Amino acid sequence: MGGPALGLRLIVLALASAGLMVADHRQHHLAKVRDWASAAVYPFQWAVQAPVQAWAAMRESFATRAEIEAANVRLAADNLVLRLKLMRFESLEQENQRLRTARESTARVVERTLIAEIVRVDLDPFRQRVLVNKGTRDGVFRGQAALDANGIFGQVTRAGPVSAEIMAITDPEHAIPVQVNRTGARTIALGTGRSGLLSLPYLPQNSDVEEGDLLVSSGLGGVYPPGYPVGKISSVVRDPSQPLLAVEAVPLAALDRDPEVLLAWFDNAVVEPEPGPAEPQP
Amino acid sequence: MMRARPGLGWGRVAAATLAALLASVLPLPAWLGPLRPDFVALTVLWLTLLSPRLTGLVFAWGAGLALDAFKGVLLGQHALALVVIAYVASKLRLQVRAFPPLQQTAVVLALLWLNEFILFWIDGVAGHPVTDWRRWLSVLVGAACWPLLSGLFARVVARR
Repeated sequence: MGGPALGLRLIVLALASAGLMVADHRQHHLAKVRDWASAAVYPFQWAVQAPVQAWAAMRESFATRAEIEAANVRLAADNLVLRLKLMRFESLEQENQRLRTARESTARVVERTLIAEIVRVDLDPFRQRVLVNKGTRDGVFRGQAALDANGIFGQVTRAGPVSAEIMAITDPEHAIPVQVNRTGARTIALGTGRSGLLSLPYLPQNSDVEEGDLLVSSGLGGVYPPGYPVGKISSVVRDPSQPLLAVEAVPLAALDRDPEVLLAWFDNAVVEPEPGPAEPQP
Repeated sequence: MMRARPGLGWGRVAAATLAALLASVLPLPAWLGPLRPDFVALTVLWLTLLSPRLTGLVFAWGAGLALDAFKGVLLGQHALALVVIAYVASKLRLQVRAFPPLQQTAVVLALLWLNEFILFWIDGVAGHPVTDWRRWLSVLVGAACWPLLSGLFARVVARR
C-alpha cells in the first residue's frame, strides 16, 4: 500500500461519493438504487428494534389487573363521550353532503386509510423522522399524509418497497398550511426540530389568535386533507417592536409516543376555488 | 499478505461493522440520542489504525454507504467523511500506534471532529443544515469511548 496509490484511491472514492450525492440530491436519479438499499437494510432495522418491542409487549402482557381495570374505565368513559359526539356528527355529515351537492363541490375527506407500524429506530436525533413498515407494495407514495388518532402526524418523504420514511410535522424542514379554527385565519406552521413544538412565525401583529386556539389543516397545497386537527396554540408573544407575532403551538398528534400511524388516501385532485364576489351585472 | 494478524479475518471485520451499524440506529431515549457516538467511524478508525493491511479506503467507503442506507440520508455523505478520515488515519498510523493512550485519544478526537465537520458541511450544502450545538457532543463522547472501545476490539475482534 504505497503513498501515491492511497492518495489516488482517496480522490477516486471522494469523487464517487460526491457524484452519488449530486445524483441523489439534485436529480433524484437514484430512485431504483434507493429502493434497493432501503429494502436491503430494512430487515436489520427491524431486527435492531425487535428486542425493544418484545420488551414492551412483555410488559403489556404482564400488566396488573388494576391497571387494566383503570384503563378499561377510562376507555368506557371516552367511548361514551365519542358516541355522544357521533350522534350529532351523523346528522351534520348528512346536512353537509346535501349542501355540498347543492354547491356541486366534493368534500375532501379521507377515503381510505392504512395502518402502518412505526419501526423504532433512531434515524437522526436532530430531525423528526420515523420509519414505518409499509411501502410502495402497499400503495404508499411520496407526499402521502399520515395521521394518528389525535391529529396530523406528517407526510411520507421516501417510500421504499417495504418501508417508508415519514417526516413529522415538527421536523425543522417541515411546513404545514393551517387555519385557526376559531377565526378561519390562514397561516403556516413550521416544525422546530423538537417533538412538542410548532412555530407560527407569519402572523401579523393585529391577527386574532389566543392561547388554546385549535389549528386545523387548511388543505392548501394538496398534501393534507383539510379540516383535520394539527395543534393547539400554546403561547402568543406580542412584541410591538416586531412586525409579526411570535406564536408557538403544541402538536396534537402523539408524535413521539405513537406505536402506529394511519396513512391516508383522499381526493386531492380538486382544489376548491374560493367563492368570489358576485359578478357585477351589466 | 492479506492477514496482518492470524485472528482478524474478513468475517470478524464484517461482524464488527454490522454491530456498529446496528448500534448507530438502536433506539435510545430522546435525551441520550445526541450523545450517541459515531460507532461506524470508531470501527473504521480502529481497523485503519491497527490493521491497515486488511481494510483500506474501499472498506471505509462501503461502510459509509451502508450507514447512509441505514440512516436514510443522502447516499455518499457518510461514505465521503469516512474515506477522508480513513485516509488521514492511514497516513498517521505509524506514529499513532506508538502513542500512549491519551495521545491516541486526542488524535481520534481530531479525526472524529473532522468526520462530523464533513457531515455538517454536506448537510449545509444539501440545504438542510443542523445548527444545533449538541451535534458536536457525539464527537466528545466518541473520543471518550475510544480507550474502552479499542480495548474491547482488541479483546473481541482481534482475539486469536
